[in-house]
Amino acid sequence: MKRLFTTDHRALALNYLILGLIAVITGTLLSLLMRIHRTWPDLAMPFHGALRPEDYLALVTMHGTLMVFFVLTVVPQSAFPNLVLPAQIGTERMAFPRLNSAAFWITAASLLTLLAAFMAPEGAPISGWTNYPPLSAIAATGPGQGAGMDLWLLSIALFCLAAILSSLNLLATIVARRCPGLTFTRLPLTVWSWLTSSALTIIAFSALLIAAALLLSDRHCGTSFFLPTGIVVNGVPQPNGSGSPMLWLHLFWFFGHPEVYIAILPGMGIASSLLANFTRRPVPAYRLMVLATLLIGFLGLGVWGHHMFVSGMNPYAGTAFGLTTIAISVPSSAEVLTWLVMLFRGRLRLTTPMLFALGFLSFFIAGGLTGPILAQPALDAYLHNTFFVVAHFHLVMAMAGVFSVFAGLYYWYPLITGRCMDETLGKIHFWISLIAAYGTFFPMHLAGLAGEPRHYAQLQGPVESFANLIPVERGITWSAFLLAAAQLIFLWNIFRSARRATPEAAPNPWQATTLEWSGVSHPTVSHGPYDYGTVSTGDFLPQWQPEKPF
Amino acid sequence: MPATFTRHTVETERKDTGFGGKPPLDRRPTGGGGGDENWDSHHSRRRGPREQLIRYRMAIFSILAADFVFFAVLVSAFFVRQSAGHIAASENYVSDWHPLSAPPILWINTAILLLSAATMEIARRQLFHEIDIMEEWLGLGRPAVRRAAPWLIATIVLGAAFLAGQWMAWHQMAQQGFFFGSNPNTYFFYLVTGTHAVHLLLGLGALVFALIAMFRFRRVEMRQIAVDSAAWYWHAMGLFWLFLFVLIAFFQ
Repeated sequence: MKRLFTTDHRALALNYLILGLIAVITGTLLSLLMRIHRTWPDLAMPFHGALRPEDYLALVTMHGTLMVFFVLTVVPQSAFPNLVLPAQIGTERMAFPRLNSAAFWITAASLLTLLAAFMAPEGAPISGWTNYPPLSAIAATGPGQGAGMDLWLLSIALFCLAAILSSLNLLATIVARRCPGLTFTRLPLTVWSWLTSSALTIIAFSALLIAAALLLSDRHCGTSFFLPTGIVVNGVPQPNGSGSPMLWLHLFWFFGHPEVYIAILPGMGIASSLLANFTRRPVPAYRLMVLATLLIGFLGLGVWGHHMFVSGMNPYAGTAFGLTTIAISVPSSAEVLTWLVMLFRGRLRLTTPMLFALGFLSFFIAGGLTGPILAQPALDAYLHNTFFVVAHFHLVMAMAGVFSVFAGLYYWYPLITGRCMDETLGKIHFWISLIAAYGTFFPMHLAGLAGEPRHYAQLQGPVESFANLIPVERGITWSAFLLAAAQLIFLWNIFRSARRATPEAAPNPWQATTLEWSGVSHPTVSHGPYDYGTVSTGDFLPQWQPEKPF
Repeated sequence: MPATFTRHTVETERKDTGFGGKPPLDRRPTGGGGGDENWDSHHSRRRGPREQLIRYRMAIFSILAADFVFFAVLVSAFFVRQSAGHIAASENYVSDWHPLSAPPILWINTAILLLSAATMEIARRQLFHEIDIMEEWLGLGRPAVRRAAPWLIATIVLGAAFLAGQWMAWHQMAQQGFFFGSNPNTYFFYLVTGTHAVHLLLGLGALVFALIAMFRFRRVEMRQIAVDSAAWYWHAMGLFWLFLFVLIAFFQ
């Protein structure tokens, strides 16, 4: 109990990690059920029987919501900063510890509310994690759109509140609690990423909060913000609305696209720090990296329309959003090229965290390359809502995000337990995960190019259009099983290493320069964060040590 | 020592490190606005009067940024809804948007809220007035609090009057037969005024808290922070109301 209601940021970080673990296990199981259903549609599930199409859509919705909010937002944007951010800026506590603790509790309540949707009378909502109206605005449109949808909206509103509170705590901490000498230009890039993503969180999640409130009002107060005219559900004409479903799309994606960067920016910061450490080279263009991070955050606020090219938006607006989207690939490419430069002629130390950082880089490039393709309205008209899109965001957001989380966990594990994780198990985990992740998500490009649509419960049926894709689908399913199974190695490694199976780690096991490894309670900083391999004596100069006189 | 309006120039130059050719490490104060204090040589919490103030202002400004987006979204939804009509089968443009004439009492309410912003600012400034606040800090009575309290109470009274005025505006609307669900325009009227009223209710709570804090908090800095945070929140709500009022009154 005392552990649960703590205001200590490191204990809160562990709570967040456990919450993320519950969410990721649930979300993964849901995705495996989806894969099983797509491959063997007639197979009866234990305790449930054969999956109906609406059950499949409920799985899609809950998988997406759990993964995007409770894994890819909670872990990089809440768990990791609580774990290391105060230490990285040389302070013992956050700016507002009680606010921080409250944010965790609201997040936990939000997760419980979401999971309760499974228990709703007609099950979980079926309109996808984006929940477009009118499907999401009228309870009669399907099972799960009644109580399940209300629970979803309530859960998301709570999550928005928690995200805003936790982010303003982070912002105030970074701005006001840095240790002496730690100027903005000496902050580790992870801190810059959290600064940017926190600012994005505050803007994006307040938009989602009001959108959720408006949708709830449409559902229960007889308003029609999002309800258009002339809707007929099951032969029953609905009251006329003259509202605009497009308004929801705009509001949702005004949140939804910055959300992508909230999920991935911390990963980019982790990658920069880890690549610098394990290549023993400084980040070659620190200021450029900071600028690119800020620019990605800024441009990320103006690209949301590329999710809506075929939804009836003005085509000229589509062109404009296409342009801003292409523009955002400039700072992203700058970061990628910087990472590649660091690898080039770097003295690589291929430890497990480094391997996962490289995995992040690989997925970020592989998934990122399809971004400019989808950013073009003409191409997107064909590819929209196909598996090509699924492949794109699972590589560039899901896999890149998860691999950066793994990199962070392997890297910071000694800070939690005082021991490193087992390297051999870690490397096995990495290689199987890497191969299985590509095996799962890469063929989806081909399926998408062949026209396979998203959100279809099954491909078999009276129409044989997609019959030739069934072998691909089967391969994806087996690969997904392998990917999920590989994570058991990771779980085993966590618990095994925590129970004293690995030797105790040195105080600074990775020979890192950033302050979370200092062990000094009141550090004073006099130089930048990535002084690797540049000083004449010694291989690196930690930030807590003063610069040596020549 | 509490923060005051008068800023003293603080020496940020470091001494020469004594190694001849090597340049001094850093002459800049920390970018985060240590401002008038020598941020470089103190740990957080020992950085002088402005560090805590900055921390709380940062939090308040973040909340206000979130609130700004909240209301901005509401306003954009208003315009989208206003222009959402359709061409009917008879080839006529059909829109269910009925212009609304705002209850005149809103003008009085707006004036009251503006007045309360002025009293709030006067109260806030008392807490940063150098001579008074230094006397308080030295334990020579409480001149700053004594001077600020009437203005703060005036703000609370005016704020409550504004909320009462809003209540009357809703009442007048209801008497004319316009309820929340009556037509798209009334949704917005009630939604805009309602969410703003909830925010203002929270602000009123913050003002009462600040009033109590002025007399109960032992540290002068915390009294300043309580009043300062409440004041910024109150000003922002006043500013938001101006925009929302213009929207309701003139953009029908």
